[in-house]
Amino acid sequence: MSRLGVLGARLYRGEVGYDFVGKRKIWYGISILITITAIVGLAVRGLHLGIEFQGGAVFTTPSTSATVTQAQEITQKASGHPAIVQKLGSGGLRIQVTELDTQQANAVKSQLADSLKVDETKINADLVGPNWGETIANKAWTGLGIFMILVVIYLAIAFEWRMALAALIALIHDLTITVGVYALVGFEVTPGTVIGLLTILGYSLYDTVVVFDSLKEGTKDITKQTRWTYGEIANRSINSTLVRSINTTVVALLPVAGLLFIGGGVLGAGMLNDISLSLFVGLAAGAYSSIFIATPLVADFKERDPKMRALRKRVLAKREASAAKGEPAEAGADAGAPGAAVGSDEDDPQDAAPAVAGQRGRGGRGRSTGRRR
Amino acid sequence: MAAPNKGKGRKPAGSPGRPGRTLVFFLIAMVALTGGMFWSGHVTPRLGIDLAGGTSITLEAKNTPGKPNAINKTNMDTAVSIIERRVNGLGVSEAEVQTQGEKNIIVNIPRGTNEKQAREQVGTTAQLFFRPVLTYQAGTPTAPKPSGSPSPGASADKGDAADKGDKAGETADKPSDPAKPSADATAQGRAVTGALTADETPSPGASSDSGGSDKGSDGKDSPKDSPSPAPSADPGTAALQKKFEELDCTTQAARTKANQGTTPKDTIVACGKNTQGQWEKYILGPAEVEGTDVDDAQGVFDQQRGMWIVTMDFTGAGTKKFQSITGKLSQQQPPMNQFAIVLDGNVVSAPSVSQRLGGSAEISGSFDQQSAQDLGNILSYGALPLSFQEQSVTTVTPALGGEQLEAGLIAGAIGLALVIVYLVAYYRGLAAIAIVSLIASGILTYTIMALLGPAIGFALNLPAVCGAIVAIGITADSFIVYFERIRDEIREGRTLRPAVERAWPRARRTILVSDFVSFLAAAVLFLVTVGKVQGFAFTLGLTTLLDVVVVFFFTKPVMTLLARKKFFAGGHSWSGLDPKRLGVQPPLRRSRRISAPIDPKEA
Repeated sequence: MSRLGVLGARLYRGEVGYDFVGKRKIWYGISILITITAIVGLAVRGLHLGIEFQGGAVFTTPSTSATVTQAQEITQKASGHPAIVQKLGSGGLRIQVTELDTQQANAVKSQLADSLKVDETKINADLVGPNWGETIANKAWTGLGIFMILVVIYLAIAFEWRMALAALIALIHDLTITVGVYALVGFEVTPGTVIGLLTILGYSLYDTVVVFDSLKEGTKDITKQTRWTYGEIANRSINSTLVRSINTTVVALLPVAGLLFIGGGVLGAGMLNDISLSLFVGLAAGAYSSIFIATPLVADFKERDPKMRALRKRVLAKREASAAKGEPAEAGADAGAPGAAVGSDEDDPQDAAPAVAGQRGRGGRGRSTGRRR
Repeated sequence: MAAPNKGKGRKPAGSPGRPGRTLVFFLIAMVALTGGMFWSGHVTPRLGIDLAGGTSITLEAKNTPGKPNAINKTNMDTAVSIIERRVNGLGVSEAEVQTQGEKNIIVNIPRGTNEKQAREQVGTTAQLFFRPVLTYQAGTPTAPKPSGSPSPGASADKGDAADKGDKAGETADKPSDPAKPSADATAQGRAVTGALTADETPSPGASSDSGGSDKGSDGKDSPKDSPSPAPSADPGTAALQKKFEELDCTTQAARTKANQGTTPKDTIVACGKNTQGQWEKYILGPAEVEGTDVDDAQGVFDQQRGMWIVTMDFTGAGTKKFQSITGKLSQQQPPMNQFAIVLDGNVVSAPSVSQRLGGSAEISGSFDQQSAQDLGNILSYGALPLSFQEQSVTTVTPALGGEQLEAGLIAGAIGLALVIVYLVAYYRGLAAIAIVSLIASGILTYTIMALLGPAIGFALNLPAVCGAIVAIGITADSFIVYFERIRDEIREGRTLRPAVERAWPRARRTILVSDFVSFLAAAVLFLVTVGKVQGFAFTLGLTTLLDVVVVFFFTKPVMTLLARKKFFAGGHSWSGLDPKRLGVQPPLRRSRRISAPIDPKEA
C-alpha cells in the first residue's frame, strides 16, 4: 500500500493528477447522458410502486397449517407479485398482494383456497389501501424541498452561493440517477427504497462539502497571486482530496455492497435488495458527482466572476511573458491543458528554468498556494 | 495533562487539550449508558412491526347520526392520517395504518407498544365541543335530591366498574379514562384554574327540577341569544328533562347512551366527573366552539398547582368564538356562567367564567401525566371525521420474518469485515484507532437505541437496521478525513505530534460542516414528515450526532495520546504514519513518472 501512500503524496503535492476541471465537458456530457437515460426510463417505464404506496388486495384465511413461506410462494405464483404474508393470532394468514383488481383477486383467491386446502368461501378478500398513503409521500416531498432550500442557504453562507448552487445540482443529479435506475431495473419501490434515497441526501452532500471545504481553503488568497486560475486550483483541490474521496467511498460502499450482493443476492432477501440498491447507486453517484460535477461546476461559475476573469487574464499574461522568456513548451502545455499538472511547473517559473525533471520535484513543494499556510 | 510542556503552546488552535480527561469522561458516559441499559432490562432495541410482529387492530367506521354518507374515501383517508399521527405521535414507533375495504382501518402496532393506550388512542373520536352549561346536578338518577356534596360511596365503586368496562375496550369512551388512573389521587389535588376556575360549588338544589325544565329549552336559539330560560315546555324539552332526571352517570352504559345521536346544535345531557371524582350530570346548550377551532394542544405540568393540565391554543376563528362565548357567560349567574368542555359526549371539565377570555384555554381535571399528554396529543391532531368501532384485535407475525434480519446482520458483518480489511490495508496502525472508534460508536448507538425503546417508543425496522449498517461507512468517513489531514501535515514535513494537533482544527471544521448538512437533512425530515420517514430521520440524526461525539471525544483524544507512543511517533512502517510510505522523501528519485493510475470509475 505504500504505493498508494506515495501516490497520495504526489496527488497532494499536485505532481500527478487528473484534469477534472479541464475535461469537465466530457463528464458533463456523460452525466447529462445518464440523467437523460434516467428520465426517459422513468417516463417510459415508470416506477413499480409497492403495496405500501398503492395498496392492493388483502386475503384473510381461516386457520391453516400452511407456513408463511409456503403462502408467500403460492401467492407469488398465483398473482405474479411479491406478497406480504403475516400469521394472525387466530392461526389464519393475512396475505397482501399489490396490483390486483377484483377479477384477479378472485382467481388468486381460489388458487389460494386450493393450495392451502381451505374453504374458498372462508377466505376473505378485500382491497387494502396504502399504508404509505399520499400524505406520507407528499410530506416527504415537502421535506425534501424545504431541506434543499435550507441547505442552499446554509452552503451559501458557509461557502458561497455558487458552491451552494453546484452542490444542489449535484444532489439533484444523484437523486435523478438513482430514481432512474429503479425505473430501468424495475425493482419495486418500497418504503425501504425511499429511505435509502433520503440517506443519499445527506451523504451526497457530505462528500461534496468535503471537497468544497478544501477548495475554499485553497482559494482563500487567490486574487493575491498570479500563478493559477480558479479552475486550476479547483482541480488541485479535487486531486488533493482524491484519496480521501476514494477511501470514504470504498468504505461506505463496502457495507452496502455486502447488503446488496450477499444479503440480497445470495440470501435472497427482498427488502434488503430494495434499500441497498438505492443506497449503492446513490452513494456511487454521490461520490462521482462531487468530483466530476460539483467542483467543475463551481469552477465554471467562478470563472464568470469578473474578478476571476481578471485573474485568469493576469495568469495567462504572466505565462505568456515567461514563455517568451524561454520556456515555450512547458508553459504552452500548461496553458493548453490548465491544471493538468498544476502546482508544479509554474511554481516559480524564473528559477525553474533548468532541467524539467528536477524542476518538478522542487516545484512540487508548492508552498505558495493558499492551500497551505 | 501529561504534556503542556514544551513549545506546543505556540499553536493556539492546535493544542492537544487534555486528551486523558476527555477520554475518561467519554468512557464514563459510555459505561453509564451501557449500565443504564442493563439496569433497565431493555438490552435489545425494540424491533418494528416488520421484524417483530405485533398487534393488528381492525376498526370499522360507523355512520354518525345526521351524516349518513360520511363513510367515503376522503373521510377514511383523513381518519387514517389522524390515527397514524395519534399512534405514532413522535414518529419513531413504526406503527402502520391503512384502510381495508370500504370502511375498515387496520392499525398495526409493533410488539412491546403499550397496546391498551394505543387502542384507546385509535378508537377515540375526539369530538371536542365547548358548550354552555344550563344546569347540572349530582350524577344519580334521583332528580329531586339536591346535591350538597353528593358522594355516595357507591358511585365511586361503580365508576371503577365502569372503567373496567373501558379496559375491555367495548366502547371508545375516552373521557372517563383520563379520570380513571387518578380518580382517587386527584380527588384532593383540586383545581383552582385561574380564570377558568372550575366551579365546585354544589349546584343549588333549587335548580334541580324547575330550573332544569326552564333551561333545557328549545336549544336552537335561546342559549345563544340569552341563556335566560325560554319557558316553553314543548315536548322536546320535556323529553330532555325526563332524560336528564333519569340519567345515571355512574354506569358506563348510561354515560355512553346519554347523548348518542345528537348533533352539535342540539341541547344535550351529558355526564362528567367533578374535581372530587364524583359524577355529575349536565344539561348543555349547543356547541359554541369546536375541536376544529383548536390549533394546538398539549399536556403540561402546572407548577403552581402541582397538577397536569391540557392547554389549548385556538385558531383565529376559534379565538373569536371563544371570546364571544366567555364574554357572554361571564355576565350570567351561576351555574350558567360555566361552560363545559365536552369530549366525545362527556364533560371533561366545566369551569366558570368571570371575564372575557382570549386565544387559549386549559382543561384541568383529574389528569395524570399520561392522560394529559394523550388528550393533548389527540386534540392537536384533530377529531376523527367518523366514529369507529373496534372490530378485531389480533396478533400478527412479522411481515419480513427473522431470516431477513439475519441476512441483514450477516451482510452487515461481512461488510464491516471488508471495511476493516480495507482500513488495515490502507491505514495500517491507524486503522486500529478507526476500528476502536467504530466500536465505541457502535456501542453508543446500540445502547441509545435500546434505551429509547422504552423511553419514547423508538422501534427499529429493517430500513433502520440497514441505515445503521450504512452509518458504519459514514462514521468512518470522519476518521478518514482526519487521518488524511494528519498525513498531509506529515507530508508537509512535520513530525507526528504537531501534525496531529495541526490537522485537527481543519479536519474538525470539515467534519462539522458536513455533519451539519446531514443533520439538517435529518432535522427537516423529522419535523416535516410523518410515519416511517420520520423514524428514519430520527435514526439519521442520531447517528450523525453520535458521529460528532465520537470523533470529538474519542477519536481525537485517542489520536493525541497515541501520537506520543513510539510506534506511531517513530513512524513505524506498520503505523500508517511512516513518512517514507507517505511519500515524504528527498526529491531524488522522483522522476517524471506519469503515474496517474486513478480510475475515474472508482472515484
